[in-house]
Amino acid sequence: GALHRLAASRPRHARLYRFRADPPTTTMQRIKGLTTGSLPTFVDVGSNFASYAIREDNLLAQLVRNGRRVVFMGDDTWDGLFPKMFSRSYFFPSFNVKDLHTVDDGILQHLYTTVDGGDWDLLIAHFLGVDHCGHKHGPDHPEMAKKLTQMNEMISSLVDHLENDTLLLVAGDHGMTDTGDHGGDSEKEVNAALFVYSKTPLFRAGPPEEPETVPQVNLVPTLALLLGVPIPYSSIGEVMADLFEGDGDAVTASLSQLAAYHVNAKQVDRFLDSYALAAQDLPGDRLKQLKELFTAAAEEHAQLLAQVQEGLVASPELEAQLGRLRGHFQHYLREARAVCTASWARFHPFRMVAGCALIAASCLLCYIASELANALDFYHHCFYSLFGGLLAAALLGWARVDLDPILVVSWVAAASQLGFFWHWWSQRPRRIHLASVRPPVASMGLWQRLRAWLGPALPLGILALRCGAMFSDSFVIAESQVVPFLLASLAMLWVGKLHWDGQLSTPSDAPKQPPGSLSCHKESWPLLGLLAALLVCLRLSSLFHQCRDEVPHCQPSPCLAPLSSLRSPQAKNLCYLLCVASLVGLVYAVRRWLRHYGNLNSTSPLVLFVRWGFPLTAFCIACYWAVTSGTEDTLGKLQELVQAALVTFPRAVYGLVAAGLLLVLWKPVTVFAQDSRAAAGPIVTPFQGAPSSEADLLHVISQIYRRMQESLNSRLEGGSRWAAVAAYGLGSVYSAALVITLTLLGFFLLLLHSERMSLSFLLLFLEAFILLRLHVSAMSLAGEAEPFVVPWNAVIAWVLATAQFFYSTGHQPIFPAIHWNAAFVGFHEDHATHLVPALLVAANTFASHILFAVGCPLLLLWPFLCETPGSRRKRLKKDPQDEEQEPLMEMRLREAPERFSAVLLQLGLKYLFVLGMQLLACVCTAMILRRHLMVWKVFAPKFLFEALGFVVSYVCLLLGISLVLRVDCAISAWYRQLEPR
Amino acid sequence: MKDTEIKKLLFAHIFCVVSIILSTVVPSFFLENFSVLGTHLTWLCICSACVTTVNIFLYIIVKPNPSSKRSSFAHKISRFLKCCIYFFMSCIVFHGIIVLYGAPLIESVLETFLFAVLLSTFTTLNCLCMLGPNIQAWIRVFSKNGAMSIWDNSLQITTMCSIVGAWLGAFPIPLDWDRPWQNFCSEV
Repeated sequence: GALHRLAASRPRHARLYRFRADPPTTTMQRIKGLTTGSLPTFVDVGSNFASYAIREDNLLAQLVRNGRRVVFMGDDTWDGLFPKMFSRSYFFPSFNVKDLHTVDDGILQHLYTTVDGGDWDLLIAHFLGVDHCGHKHGPDHPEMAKKLTQMNEMISSLVDHLENDTLLLVAGDHGMTDTGDHGGDSEKEVNAALFVYSKTPLFRAGPPEEPETVPQVNLVPTLALLLGVPIPYSSIGEVMADLFEGDGDAVTASLSQLAAYHVNAKQVDRFLDSYALAAQDLPGDRLKQLKELFTAAAEEHAQLLAQVQEGLVASPELEAQLGRLRGHFQHYLREARAVCTASWARFHPFRMVAGCALIAASCLLCYIASELANALDFYHHCFYSLFGGLLAAALLGWARVDLDPILVVSWVAAASQLGFFWHWWSQRPRRIHLASVRPPVASMGLWQRLRAWLGPALPLGILALRCGAMFSDSFVIAESQVVPFLLASLAMLWVGKLHWDGQLSTPSDAPKQPPGSLSCHKESWPLLGLLAALLVCLRLSSLFHQCRDEVPHCQPSPCLAPLSSLRSPQAKNLCYLLCVASLVGLVYAVRRWLRHYGNLNSTSPLVLFVRWGFPLTAFCIACYWAVTSGTEDTLGKLQELVQAALVTFPRAVYGLVAAGLLLVLWKPVTVFAQDSRAAAGPIVTPFQGAPSSEADLLHVISQIYRRMQESLNSRLEGGSRWAAVAAYGLGSVYSAALVITLTLLGFFLLLLHSERMSLSFLLLFLEAFILLRLHVSAMSLAGEAEPFVVPWNAVIAWVLATAQFFYSTGHQPIFPAIHWNAAFVGFHEDHATHLVPALLVAANTFASHILFAVGCPLLLLWPFLCETPGSRRKRLKKDPQDEEQEPLMEMRLREAPERFSAVLLQLGLKYLFVLGMQLLACVCTAMILRRHLMVWKVFAPKFLFEALGFVVSYVCLLLGISLVLRVDCAISAWYRQLEPR
Repeated sequence: MKDTEIKKLLFAHIFCVVSIILSTVVPSFFLENFSVLGTHLTWLCICSACVTTVNIFLYIIVKPNPSSKRSSFAHKISRFLKCCIYFFMSCIVFHGIIVLYGAPLIESVLETFLFAVLLSTFTTLNCLCMLGPNIQAWIRVFSKNGAMSIWDNSLQITTMCSIVGAWLGAFPIPLDWDRPWQNFCSEV
């Protein structure tokens, strides 16, 4: 291109360098690095899209202070970073990565006129098209070629517009990975090019064979000295000596280079001095060493200058001395930079340990509380301790307003936990006493107790393995394979243990049976089938993985790319049909499930929504996919229509989903009640408008709840007449509300992902269903008399599935793998606030966390749901004596309301415990390995993702549980409404 | 009675172990550039063949579960055929399970299958020798109170340990050593 042509044809005017960025390579960090010359800190990445003004000393501030005029055009990130600094500026919106042309065309419109106008000292033009094109299409797309050609033309025509005393610098602020993203620290991301050109000769000799590598921070002191302003205070760059050669003889060139080095070294020395005073994290001996280097070099420089002025030294000797001195300065500056890079992170060990202890205590609390969940009075006391902690914090905060809020919050947490543990400890003797009174526990031998303890030990062992795996960077990198492996092992162990305990086969070692007739339980074959299906699901889900750049030969799943990136129309159509089919399959499965349990019969608005709104939502999503997967150019005149459609369809889906969720909250009862007190005959299922076979089907499978009758009978004295209310779908009312909510959320999250991820979502729902079935059949086989307690197996499997689908929805715990595209689904223009895009991106990233956490109460509800044995199905409801036998399903939960809430709480606590253990492991790794080579690359991002995932899961878990409670309230209201009749 | 059984058991196990050791050492005298890690496929073949022969040989000599009734030749043949079919099926099943656990589907099919064969020789073959082609008996042995003799116990332990060892063998895979043999680890 133009750069190579210029560099080759005019070697003294132009040169190409390799420009190395310091990670993280996100845009804002790079702009900061290019203007302040200091290293970016890691946590800054988070504020990339809510950029704050740079408060440190920087090049632009120095220029403005010295009365120079700075003109800017391009990326509006600069506006936030340098408010009111530019004498003239043309900002264009940068956040929409799908928009390839706005910024570039805007710049090109103003660039040449401004350059020719000449009323500027520094002109910055920040083009974005190539970067956006990389994000959207990847580096090897025809669009990219177009974009690069455009840039090439821009440079060659810009060169013609330059004055003689103008220096043109063309630099990329970062590179891009093979997928066109950036943000990490792989070789491809940190390497960019720097091109220098001027119409007056800059260099004394031609370029070296291999382009020199220049760290990005070096640009700051170079530009500052070339423009004649002080170097920014916190810069740790080194001047680029080549640019200070001038066109005199060798000695003058060396002298001017030395002068530049001297100024630079003085500035760095001053910065290090004041930094060392303010913070203690630079190692003292290294600092001392650096100081010695500096003083030696400075003295030598002064001596040499004096010698030169007196004209004492002969020219060749002088040149050698100058060269040596330059080497000293270079050495000093590089060492200083290395020291800063090595230890530019501050840690608070005490706070770290305290935080870890707090999390560990919380986990312990969750565990203890979940074990004690049935002792209800216990909780009242806990609230006192929490209340006391809050009160103490309020007092503390009131007394000393200047305290760090984080400290206050952690003190509150610690205080309330202390209260809890104290209470628990003081209650302990009494409970032990109570326990020892009970004969079965007392008679248990040590062996038996060990055996009882072994039950939860196996799944907890798997959990321990998972936590332990976080301490090795290889395992964190391979976590997308580790998690399915562990989940498969857990499921195998689960089934294997059932078999080992002999619950899979009927006992047959009784002597009367010959040994050959050992028969299996009828339910054991479905169990094995479920296990196999689960394994297949796990294997299939690995088709959707994203890659990390550490894995050498990894190909990211083709499903991650949007459909529009497919070239061949046949493949595109096929994939599109497949996606739509999976969507339809999802809707059909959910409706089928609801119909099976009789929740699709009533005429309440929610049921109508499920009947008509679900297909409509699916239709909208399919239309949106159709529009997005079309190519941009072919549509021509329809462009505006397409743009409108791109916004309308997602918004319609958002609206429908929101409406559905509101409906669920407003009237979550999907029960069809028929009052048969007037009609005395047997109840016939009145499903209007359905074919007779379907009506029969409904008749057979819909559940009738008769518990009502008893309560009514007790009220109507003497049982003079049998009043019956038949309620369809009452037995599954809780799960129905949850399933509807999950489906709605699933639609929403599906929309935020690329089209082919819908297959992965289908798999997610399927696997969740399989896990629930497995849980149910394992429970029924294990002969748990009490389905109220959810075993650890199920909870841990649920959490592992969460982690598994985090990876299988195309995510990785690294920053370049975040799907920023999600922020623009349904919003074509730039966002007014940062809240909406942040929420959309978070929803995209933590999709599986959201779905599994909201669905967590299903673990409790499902066993009740599957309670009906097949033999009871056909029984007609004529005989009132038979009513006792009717399956109550989820209504059994209502029989013991206080038990219900306790059990729900217990489930939530167990779930939180498992999540908290994972978080604890992550926190510990980030703390212990904070000086590890891989900490910024592997552990710290993992910790951030895990922590955010924990928060999301926690909130969603609360939402799920509160939804169940809301249904409970609604059911109570429904009963009350029924009673007066 | 019990003492002799234990002696037999010890004898059998020593034989097995020695056969495995020999299978790693001896072939290097006959085959050029043979090593366990370099030519892992050959070693897998040799090892499974070795263990198979030793197991069958031991079965013929020791006869752990002597059947009371004498059976005809045809019966024996059908039993043998059944055993072969079972063994082959177990290889296929193990292969499926390994793939479901995350082994690549198409690349290194041979490695996976040989690993499945090796695993079968350590587990299924043992069962076939001890219990015969009798699934019900297998189910009985592998449950909590199913072991009736010391042979059953040893069978339980060796089979479980083989499977657990194979499972543990997956753990070093993610560690970044980048050696070819890492993909498939041996187990005893």
